[in-house]
Amino acid sequence: MVAYQADGFTALGDPTRRAIFERVATRPQAVGELARDLPVSRPAVSQHLKVLKDAGLVLDRRAGNRRIYHLNPEGLAALRDQLDRFWSQALATYKEVVEQDPQEGT
Amino acid sequence: MTTEAQAASIRTQIVVKAPLERAFRVFVEDFDRIKPREHNLLGADIAETVFEPRAGGHIYDRGVDGSECRWARVLAYEPPGRLVFSWDISPRWQLETDPERASKVEVRFVAETPESTRVELEHRNLDRHGDDWEGLREGVASPDGWPLYLQRYADQL
Repeated sequence: MVAYQADGFTALGDPTRRAIFERVATRPQAVGELARDLPVSRPAVSQHLKVLKDAGLVLDRRAGNRRIYHLNPEGLAALRDQLDRFWSQALATYKEVVEQDPQEGT
Repeated sequence: MTTEAQAASIRTQIVVKAPLERAFRVFVEDFDRIKPREHNLLGADIAETVFEPRAGGHIYDRGVDGSECRWARVLAYEPPGRLVFSWDISPRWQLETDPERASKVEVRFVAETPESTRVELEHRNLDRHGDDWEGLREGVASPDGWPLYLQRYADQL
């Protein structure tokens, strides 16, 4: 089962997705080509590509009746954004935690 | 286009209704609750995240199966004003064992009033992870496919 998370680090946390990503980084290719090289089904590859796309790491374009996936050149910035989100989320939780507990004085 | 320095660091801050000392203490003691739990380098679910409160300590995740991942080294522990720790996680979401290829996180706590504290967080030296990619550029066919990503990125600029 594939979770839909638009998060670069999390997206690359899955070994199969990483393998797909690395192949797409080597050269733009279609789902069928990726599925041929990997021990996963074509629908599974599509699902993984969707996660990578949602995370901003890959883009796709139409070529006839095929969809070709390629690296998103802005992906590096996207990864930076993920860290930004990681810390924003951490600080938001921190604010809740520090403000919800009873004041103990210093 | 951002400059390299801007691209290599992230800054964020928040003001909390808590006195300075408490703000610092809760950040460290309750880091387990603060860290987004879905970020996990372990094969198992995380049972807890531990922030060892001393320079030379670590921040580590402990899995429900007893496995551990020490993903940060505490570089400075200066209550109640400042914390610095390394980010030993590569962009491939794996533990980075070379400290030269780790980035750094600095957290500063500044009293705004006796009852409120501004917490400034800076995650910097992100380019060190980049150096890692750059250095491995030639390994196009290597199992470390990630470095290639930066090469492609650079090629397209």
